Amino acid sequence: MNWSVIIPMLGFLVIIFFIGIWSSRKTAASGDGFIQDYFLGGRELGGFVLAMTMVATYGSASSFLGGPGTAYTMGFGWILLAMSQVVTGYFVLMILGKKFAILARRYKAITLIDFLKMRYQSTAVVILSALAIIIFLFSAMAAQWIGGARLVESLTGISYNTALFIFAISVLVYVTIGGFRAVAVTDAVQGAVMVVGTFVLLIAVIIAGGGVPNIIGDLVSENPNLITPFGNEGNLSKAYVSSFWILVGVGVVGLPQIAVRSMSYKSSTAMHRALIIGTIVTGVIMLNMHLIGVFARPILPGIEVGDQVIPLISMEVLPAWVAGVVLAAPMAAIMSTVDSLLILVSSTVVKDVYLNYVKPDASMKAVKRASFGVTGFLGIIVYLLALNPPDLLIFLNLFAFGGLEAAFIWPIVMGLYWKYSNKHGAIASMIVGISSYIGLHFYNQANGELFGLHTVAIPVLLSFIAFVTASLLIDRKAYSFTEARREQLKHEQSVN
Amino acid sequence: MKGMQEKEDWRFKIANREALIGVALALFNFVWWFGFAYGLGSRPVEEYTYVFGLPSWFFYSCIVGFITIAVLVILVVRFFFKEVPFTEEGDEQ
Repeated sequence: MNWSVIIPMLGFLVIIFFIGIWSSRKTAASGDGFIQDYFLGGRELGGFVLAMTMVATYGSASSFLGGPGTAYTMGFGWILLAMSQVVTGYFVLMILGKKFAILARRYKAITLIDFLKMRYQSTAVVILSALAIIIFLFSAMAAQWIGGARLVESLTGISYNTALFIFAISVLVYVTIGGFRAVAVTDAVQGAVMVVGTFVLLIAVIIAGGGVPNIIGDLVSENPNLITPFGNEGNLSKAYVSSFWILVGVGVVGLPQIAVRSMSYKSSTAMHRALIIGTIVTGVIMLNMHLIGVFARPILPGIEVGDQVIPLISMEVLPAWVAGVVLAAPMAAIMSTVDSLLILVSSTVVKDVYLNYVKPDASMKAVKRASFGVTGFLGIIVYLLALNPPDLLIFLNLFAFGGLEAAFIWPIVMGLYWKYSNKHGAIASMIVGISSYIGLHFYNQANGELFGLHTVAIPVLLSFIAFVTASLLIDRKAYSFTEARREQLKHEQSVN
Repeated sequence: MKGMQEKEDWRFKIANREALIGVALALFNFVWWFGFAYGLGSRPVEEYTYVFGLPSWFFYSCIVGFITIAVLVILVVRFFFKEVPFTEEGDEQ
């Protein structure tokens, strides 16, 4: 075993563990706001933590292992594609922005589904969204666990099963104990590790390659296509690369794990700071990680498995203990994605299903027990599934992000900004979004990309059309937030 | 109920404007990114020019483009974004 790599990584996990415990003390202290606290960190995230938790959540394993691995094969064209993610740094918070934050507080919303439930007043919307979140995010989460375990496996040489076990325990301990605040705070620590780590690694790679002009020269002499925007075989079309602006760029607005973060911050000052930090950090990480992937090619030619590019190049160009610290970065990315998904699926089960439909009058103690229990239980199921991943899981994971975006983007965005949005529009848009996404996926697999676009592009357009058509045709009525507020207050008074 | 003019929450006007700024920034970002990448990068590789050793299309599209956007975001947030309270006035929360 490679102890000089493992020890810094273990140190990292221990630090994370203590942050989890520290955060849980805060949760315990705040008494009856338990749900809001456990699932939203009490809505008091500051700018830095908010920015980092956003970045860590959308920069999943794909950006840290898969992405650079693909860049290694495809060359500069893939960095161009990856840079479409910079837009998420400011776009999500500017679009959801203050209106979402205000309404989430007004509705006392803890989850995305709470928001949709209040805005559309429809059980069907709640059930559809809960199903979409549980199915898609559960699969996405399991896939990330597999990625995390593979990384531990390739770094340490211990078996996959042991690696998975270590990974699962460390995730479960602090998510179960610490809740959302622990996740967000550790995201901040991990985000900082990632930023520093990518710079260290990039510089080391450039030195090992003999400087940038030298590396570019090597790439050109191997295959000139590597330094064009069109990929190593010239098959990255403009339309395809541009459609990633929807998948990993503006469409991210529709991801529930991102939306929930947009209701967790303290003040508009925190949001403003997060806009700036988030944009810069996303850009730096994406640019550095993918440049590393491309630059690694002349230094370590012939790597077959893309996910191994970053671990191998780190161990090649850095002293072992530095590599251990730097490799904590992708580890951090995977862990934070997993944590945020776990807490989100758990909140959907406890808050949106259990409290809405099973037991609305559950006591605080019962809710607490349910929250810890469900989180732990979900973790164990994921662990068992990841031990021997069934095909269905891998299949569902393919749809996870694009499918969720197609389902949720318009109910969220239009619900905020278009007064004619109603529940019929939301239901139509979710059904059309998900089904056309799945249908098109099969079509594209068989016949190649329709119009040369990534699968996500057309379903997002179709679900938009469905949303507008259904909202205008069925029960058309202008919605007024002021009116809804008055109704809500009246209702609350009659209850009290 | 319908005929009476609803007074919209003043904070929503600010929110709407900031959302539009977000859309405008994203469009600008996309045009810059696309324009430099394919404008300079579509030539044959032998005719490429280089900045700091990197192909010029990449340098202007991804590196200068990113820095430009980051600066724009900072300026926009500083000069156009307004602080607003998130809780309801006269409310328990």
